[in-house]
This record gives sequence, C-alpha cells and structure tokens, in this order.
Amino acid sequence: MYRKEKSIQIKNSASALYNNLGVLRIAPRRLTCFTAVHANVVNMVSASWDGLNYSHRQLQSKEPNVATSTSLIMQAAFCALPSRDLLVVTSQKGIQMYESDGSTMVYWHALDTPETNTVFDVPSKGSNITLADVIEGHKESITDMASECCGGEVCVADLVSADDGGNLCVWKAGEEFSLLNHIPGFDISCSSVKLWKGTAVAGYGTGQIRLYEAVTGILHAEVNAHARWIYSLDVAPFSGLLLSAAEDSLVRVWLLSMSPESHSVEIGHLHNECVTDTQICGAKFCDSDGYAFAVTGYDLSEIIRYTQS
Amino acid sequence: MSLRTLPLVFINLGGEMLYILDQRLQALNTSEDNSEKVMTDIVGAMFSKDFMDELLKPQQLYSHRTLKTVLTRLAHTSIMRLSQASMDKLYELMVMAFKYQVFLCPRPKDLLLVTYNHIDTIREFVQHTPVVVNQVDETHRKVIEVYSSLPEGEFQLLRQTLLIFLQDLHVRVSLFLKNKVQNPNGRFALLSSGPVPPGIDVPGLIRMFDRKGREVRRGEFPTGGSYTSPIREGCFELHGDRVIRLGMNIYSRNHPEETYISKPPSVKQKDDAPNLLAKEELNLLARLMGSMKAEDMAETETGFRINLFMTDGEEGGTGTSGGAEQSSFEVINIQAIQDEQAATQLARIAGQFTEGDKLPESLSTNKGADLLALMDDL
Repeated sequence: MYRKEKSIQIKNSASALYNNLGVLRIAPRRLTCFTAVHANVVNMVSASWDGLNYSHRQLQSKEPNVATSTSLIMQAAFCALPSRDLLVVTSQKGIQMYESDGSTMVYWHALDTPETNTVFDVPSKGSNITLADVIEGHKESITDMASECCGGEVCVADLVSADDGGNLCVWKAGEEFSLLNHIPGFDISCSSVKLWKGTAVAGYGTGQIRLYEAVTGILHAEVNAHARWIYSLDVAPFSGLLLSAAEDSLVRVWLLSMSPESHSVEIGHLHNECVTDTQICGAKFCDSDGYAFAVTGYDLSEIIRYTQS
Repeated sequence: MSLRTLPLVFINLGGEMLYILDQRLQALNTSEDNSEKVMTDIVGAMFSKDFMDELLKPQQLYSHRTLKTVLTRLAHTSIMRLSQASMDKLYELMVMAFKYQVFLCPRPKDLLLVTYNHIDTIREFVQHTPVVVNQVDETHRKVIEVYSSLPEGEFQLLRQTLLIFLQDLHVRVSLFLKNKVQNPNGRFALLSSGPVPPGIDVPGLIRMFDRKGREVRRGEFPTGGSYTSPIREGCFELHGDRVIRLGMNIYSRNHPEETYISKPPSVKQKDDAPNLLAKEELNLLARLMGSMKAEDMAETETGFRINLFMTDGEEGGTGTSGGAEQSSFEVINIQAIQDEQAATQLARIAGQFTEGDKLPESLSTNKGADLLALMDDL
C-alpha cells in the first residue's frame, strides 16, 4: 500500500520524545517543512516537492553552550492557525513561538506548571501575542493536545488534551474555554491524542489505541495495536486514515470510518511498516489525504518517508 | 525532564564498572585479598550515606565529563589506579552496556529491576564485609522508598532523559556483537517477537463496542511480528527474582571474554571539547567529590597494576583513527598504573572537602578554576 521513499537526512538524530515530528505543508511554495527535536535543538528541514532542494535550519533553546536539563525541548509542533502558521517549541522552562520557517522568534512565555493548558491570542501578523487564558483541567502533566477544524460543519468539541494518567479533557473553545467532558484514564499515560469527526483517538503506554466519542466519553473501539509504548498518532482528516507508531519499531496505518447506522466510528487495519531496530518517536502524514507519511526514530538522523504506491 | 536520574545512573554505571573490574581481577589471578579489597573499597565509597544522599536530591543530569570524573574518583578510592586512557575506554564500555539496558527495558519502570539486578550482584561482591553490605541494603531501601511510588509516566520521562543523555553513542562492543544484540553499525537489535511486557496485551485484536459499552464485534489484524503472552513480573522488593536479565553480570567469570570496543568508522566524535561547565554542574561535582569518603591517598603500597584489556597494540588514543574505514577492532591496551601525580592532585581536592564541613554556597572562582584545571590535567 505504501512504499519507502528517499529519506531526508537531518543534522542531528531525533530524541526519544512523544510526537517528535512536525510536518507543515506549504502548497504555495511547493515545499514541506519537517521538524525533529534533538535534546535542546529543533532540526528543521524544508524539502521541495520535486525532491531537489533541501534547506536546513536549527533552532536552539536559549542557552546554547550549556545543555542543562531544563532547556531540553519536550515538543516542537506546527500550529496552523487561520491567519498564519507558527512553530511552537516547548521546554520545561517555557514556550517559544517562531514564524513557521524558524526565522524569527515571535514570543516567549515562561512556564510555572506543566499541568495547565495555556491559551494565547495570536494576531495575524507580528509578535503581539498575548496570554489569553490558563485553563486547568489536568492533575498530571499534559502530554498532547489536538484540535479539529470542522470547516462548514458544526463542531461540538474543539480541543482534546491528554495527560500522563491517561485522562482526556474535551474542551469547547471560545471567549472562554469550557470543559465539555472528562474521560478518565487507567493510570496509563496517554502519549498522543487526535480529534477526528468528534472522535478522540488516543494512544497509550500499553500499546493500545482507544476511540472515544469525545463529548459523551463513550468508548467505541479498543485496539491492542502495539507491543510497546505508543509514541505518536496522526490522522489524515480528509480520508480518515490513522497512523500509529511505537517503541516496538512498527508504524501501522488504519482506516477510521463513521458507520451510518450506528453513528459511531469504526477502525480497520490497512498496513504495517517496520523500521528495523528503531524505537519510533514521531509519525505524521504529509498531507490531509494521507497520501504520504514521514517517520522519525530515536538515534536516527533521518526522516523516513513513505508514499502510497 | 526528569530530576531523578542521578541515583539510577550511578548505581547502574557503577555496577557495570564493578562487573568489568571484577572480571579482569579474576582473569588475571589477582589475589583473593586484593580483589576483595578493591571491590569493597569502591562499593563502600559509592554506597556511602553521604554520597547517596547527594545523589538522591532531585537534580538534573549533567554531562558525561562530570560523571566520568566522579566515577574515576570512585575507582581511585581503592588501591587500584587507572590511567586516563583506561578510564576513557572503561567508561565507553560501561555507558554502552547501560544504553543497551535502558533501550531494551520492556517497560519504563523495569529500569528499577535493572538497577536492582546491579545492586544484587554488588551485594554478592561484598558479602564478606557486613558493614558494606549494610550500606548497600540501606541504599537499596532508600531507592525503593523514592522510586516505588512514581507513576509509569514519570518512569518514561526518566527513561527519555537517560536516552537523550545516551544519544548518538554507537561504540561497538565485541561481546554484544558476538551475542547479536548489537549490529555492526553499532545499533542495538530490536526484536518484534517474544513475550510482551507484563501489563501489555499481545497485539492483534480490535474490539468494537455499542453505546452501552457491550462488545459487538471483534477482529484480528496481522501484526508483522510474533508476540507471546507476558511472563511474570519481577520482584521490586529488597530481595527476589527480578525475572528480567538486563543489568545482570554479562562478564561471567566462567567465560573470561576479552572485550574489545571500537567506534564505527566515519562517525563524528561527539564534541568533548571543554565547554564551560555550568556553575550548577561544578557545584554538583564539588558536592559529590566532597561527600565521598576521603581515603588517605598518600598511602603508597606498590602500585596495583592491572591490564583491563589485551596487552598487544599500543595504548589507543581517544580520537577516531582517521582513514580506518573497514576497521578491524582497535585492540586496546589499558594499564592501571599508580599515578603519583594524579593521586596527589585528587588528594588535594579531597583534602579541601573534609567530612562534616559545609561547602560554600557557590564555589569561589578559585576553587572552580582548580576543579577545571584538574579535569584538564587528567
């Protein structure tokens, strides 16, 4: 179903962090930007679609000479907002936001506790970003968040956040964020969560994937997907393809579909890829249809790509 | 990242160091008395209350340089002396063994079982010296107390912090290559077969539920591996069957393997150039050195000389030899020699920190410079 393409070399190897791959597709410039975190550095590479040009950039946490633990980066992710794209980099010290090509840092916010969601107001240009809200909902460290852009349809749930206890919080965005639902966990970390058509897709340290109806918390499906800790999930919104990647060296492709009779989501397995001897830490689709996806692994200095054959 | 890595790092790295030293001492027919004295002295220093208390304080994990300095000092609390080159090679071997254990740990909290495997074997090394056995037991109890209640997510964070620390190290170890746990490119083998860890279900099952929570359908999918049910969980108490074998002594006395190490060709040496150590890191170094038992270093019985590895070949440098693409293993001659100068310098540093004295809040630039100079001279 998929075949391996030419890998992209990155300057440093990827660190073992959840969701350690960022992908931003910039259609007007016919290129795709990838990010992978190595300790206190974000490696960025922009790959042109014709495969001929690769440009690299590195963003470093504040203190370049001394890699103390608190400046280690926990996650770097692209946020595609309606008006602009930003690269958000988080460490235990704080949050940094950059223009999506990494050229300028537009904002820096120091963090006190890792258990709160912080909300920022981002204008369409410039660095006048303000802290809008700090929402509390988790008692444990937050591991991942996902939101859904529904386009024309009405969305009930806008945002879901997951934590180290496996708890999921479902939010409605607005002037103020309101908690719609809290789905309790089983003391197993949820390392990655995505939102698709109102379904929260969550990956856990037990290697399981669970599909919950976000607003009601009803469990629709449970998959014993991996033999080790899941590190990354991604959904291709237009096709419903789901990607799961774990420390067991496997990436699996699934298909999510809404069953018309039961109005509930179903999941079927499509494909496996094994990255030999590698504990995978990031896997993302490169486009909204899921035509291609990319993978990073611990200690691996390349981004491996696959496209549908 | 995690602030609780140091105790596990020291116990595991120190444990590997002791395994290697023990094996070499045996292989060279060192007298029973001398062997035991070396092991007991090092274990006694490592598991001393003051030293462990320093380690157990929540703090960051610093650089390999600091660790290596402290481990060298620990080794030198015995009557044995190691040259810098020996220590470098020994450190690489220890670190690769530890990386293997952390990488292959089935569940994050099994890091504790790996640590307990080390502690169990260390206890055997010093079994004839009750005072030191007590120290080991005390430390073991403290570790159980601090770590047993950590949730699995915290352990994974700890493990991730360790993996960052151990990143990009691909030194090939002959014993690992021989047992096929490491590939010729230096990476460890990950199998997609075997028992899943306790608490994890064998992959392959999809279950669907209706709105009332009843299972309405189940299906299977091809996993691309051959996993089996989990075996029993190891024991996290003071004594017991740990079940997992990571962390056990692979340098068995019965098979005195010569253990070679070599770097994969054309690998960029991780930059070891003296970067400024953070002030915090220097502080940690001072605290750790100061909390170690200050042996009387001037006592000079005839130097204790052991070859840690095979004797042919010249003493290897620390850099990669250029141009050796298809490298046969660099055979390394490591000698433990009595280094009067190093001993005196260490004694001077040790003498500055007598037991019971409170260390100054931050090092004056003088003391900081002394420690830096010491590390440059080593």
